[in-house]
Amino acid sequence: MTVLEARTPHAAPRTWVRPADDQAPTAPPRRRRTGGTKAEDRAILVGSVLAGVALSWVVCFRLLPWGNPLAFVLTAFAVFLAVVTVATAATSDGPMVTDRLAAAVISGGAAVVAIALVSTVAFTFVRGAGALTHSNMFLDDMAGVGPRDPLTNGGVLHAILGSLIQISIAVVVTVPLGIGTAVFMTEVGGRFSRVVRTVVEAMTALPSIVAGLFIYAVLILTLGVPRSGVAAAAALSVMMLPIIARAADVVLRVVPGGLREASLALGSSRWRTVWHVVLPTARAGLATALILGVARGVGETSPVLLTSGAASFVVLNPTVGAMNSLPLFIFSAIRSGEPLYVQRGFAAASILLLLVLALFVLARRIARPRTGRR
Amino acid sequence: MSTQVRVDDPQVGSALPRRLSSRLSGSDRAFVVAARGVGATVLLITGGIGVFLAVQAFPTLRHYGWSFFTETDWQPEADRVGIAAVLVGTVTVALVALVFAFPLGLATALYISEYAPARIRGALVSVVDLMAAVPSIIYGLWGFLLLQPYAKGIARWLHSYLGFLPFFQVDTDPDAALWEQTRYTASAFVAGLAVAMMVLPMASAVMREVFSQAPLGEREAALALGSTRWGVIRSVVLPFGRGGIIGGTMLGLGRALGETIAVALIISPAFDLKFQPLEIGTNTVSALIALRFGEADDAQLSALLTAGLVLFLGTLVVNTVAAMVVARSRSGVGTDI
Repeated sequence: MTVLEARTPHAAPRTWVRPADDQAPTAPPRRRRTGGTKAEDRAILVGSVLAGVALSWVVCFRLLPWGNPLAFVLTAFAVFLAVVTVATAATSDGPMVTDRLAAAVISGGAAVVAIALVSTVAFTFVRGAGALTHSNMFLDDMAGVGPRDPLTNGGVLHAILGSLIQISIAVVVTVPLGIGTAVFMTEVGGRFSRVVRTVVEAMTALPSIVAGLFIYAVLILTLGVPRSGVAAAAALSVMMLPIIARAADVVLRVVPGGLREASLALGSSRWRTVWHVVLPTARAGLATALILGVARGVGETSPVLLTSGAASFVVLNPTVGAMNSLPLFIFSAIRSGEPLYVQRGFAAASILLLLVLALFVLARRIARPRTGRR
Repeated sequence: MSTQVRVDDPQVGSALPRRLSSRLSGSDRAFVVAARGVGATVLLITGGIGVFLAVQAFPTLRHYGWSFFTETDWQPEADRVGIAAVLVGTVTVALVALVFAFPLGLATALYISEYAPARIRGALVSVVDLMAAVPSIIYGLWGFLLLQPYAKGIARWLHSYLGFLPFFQVDTDPDAALWEQTRYTASAFVAGLAVAMMVLPMASAVMREVFSQAPLGEREAALALGSTRWGVIRSVVLPFGRGGIIGGTMLGLGRALGETIAVALIISPAFDLKFQPLEIGTNTVSALIALRFGEADDAQLSALLTAGLVLFLGTLVVNTVAAMVVARSRSGVGTDI
């Protein structure tokens, strides 16, 4: 009440016209920038990186007898953190210093991972480059080529073809079974499907070497199948089947139920619903799951190590006998220790890496339009 | 015109619900039967592996009894077979891998979800996924030929300055003028570094997925209260993603336990019960299988299969616990690992 009285003017209310303020800017007010970095922050960042690299170079290559790139990276990171902390502490206070230090640690950790990944890929291609320039590396096999023969003789064609044949057989086996199981688990359901799902999920934990050992013990030793492309493909299938089934299950489960219900309400049968609605909706996701499973299978060494044997010549019939593949060729080439043979191994590794990369890019391409950001 | 009153027909009145047929049509019945058949086939194949391993393990466990788990040697000709040493080696390699993969994976996940500019975020996610798709033998080459020469220098440094800790101990003199380089190579440490490269993307992908689901409202609340970016991470993102951090790391551990070829390439096999990851010589269950299956007779194959079964059960327990941790946490509801 008192407030109201105090605010009420004694005179009669009047209309006020606000005087035009000729000092006010005519332009519309600009939005204040809240994020971003200040020049000072950028200077600290750049300076710290330079200080880290320079001081680490002095320590590792001049003062101490380390001369070790790995030690250089680690020392540079430690010095960088120290300089960032000190420099920020000179200009800002407590929480800001912690924030900068945390940002430096996190970005630095990500940078270390990037360096490791880039060094892996670059190392493989650099060491393989010498052999990859010879076209016979792609067009010839190792029949009659000794480990010390020059790089102009022989190639890895047999390993490339072997890998492709084995993975094709594995895909032909696993795709109908894997996707069929996923359809069974999501579309049919029931108590039995829960049992299947539990077992399939458990089997994704199966180490690949144990899958190989299982095929080795059952197919090769008990049933007398020779070590061959078929046995290797069986080992790859056993390894890939749970992976693909589980990934396809995840993809099918996110198909909206409304689509299924609409299709059923229009009078189509369950089979037609699955074939014309559910599977086309999930096609991109299924393709991604499949391609990632293939990329995993084509690079896996341990199942083929136990089951395929290693031929040094092109074998196109997967049932007759030993057949080589890229990972197996790499493994034996590296273990031989002969410099030229090791170089062939690196050439094979580059080809394998390119193959996986191509599959991966294909998977991304297919997945992009539908899922967008994941 | 007259108004007509509708006369209810007493014969129609009984309001029985219409009979709905839930009987399957012919094609549907075939579909359900076929789908069930595929499911049963896959169950037979995958479940068959587990049953086969268990059956094969039986003679070995009956023959060697409890000593199969306590014996360190693997000498089938002398009838002394046990997996104590390889189990310890497997766990050592996996732990070394986690020591590197956990902090680096966490940093990568936090960088991608919190620090990276929005433009390149999608590309970085793809790179991490690609890292998971790189074949393990390539990481083996990297660890064996690129990293090992430098890693032995690091190992020697750790030994000479932190050698008073028992697990940095190596049986040689680190300060000798001509230090014994070979003592520091082919060790669980180097193998663990290579395995870390395979564990890291798996762990990091799960963590990032969970971090990106941290509720926007809580982030903005923290920012409005004046917290820095690290403050948001510490008070919102990390507590929210705790389940994902633990689950992702354990999922990576499952992969690390089963990794074969990189380890087989790097290590020099040894059957001692040792806890010195920097020193030459170790062995893991999967490397044991990869290097010994060729010369195995029936009894030894059974022993190898038993070792494989133990490894499988180990990874199964780890993966199951990981899935449970993720699913139970607040953040894991929509996350598939």
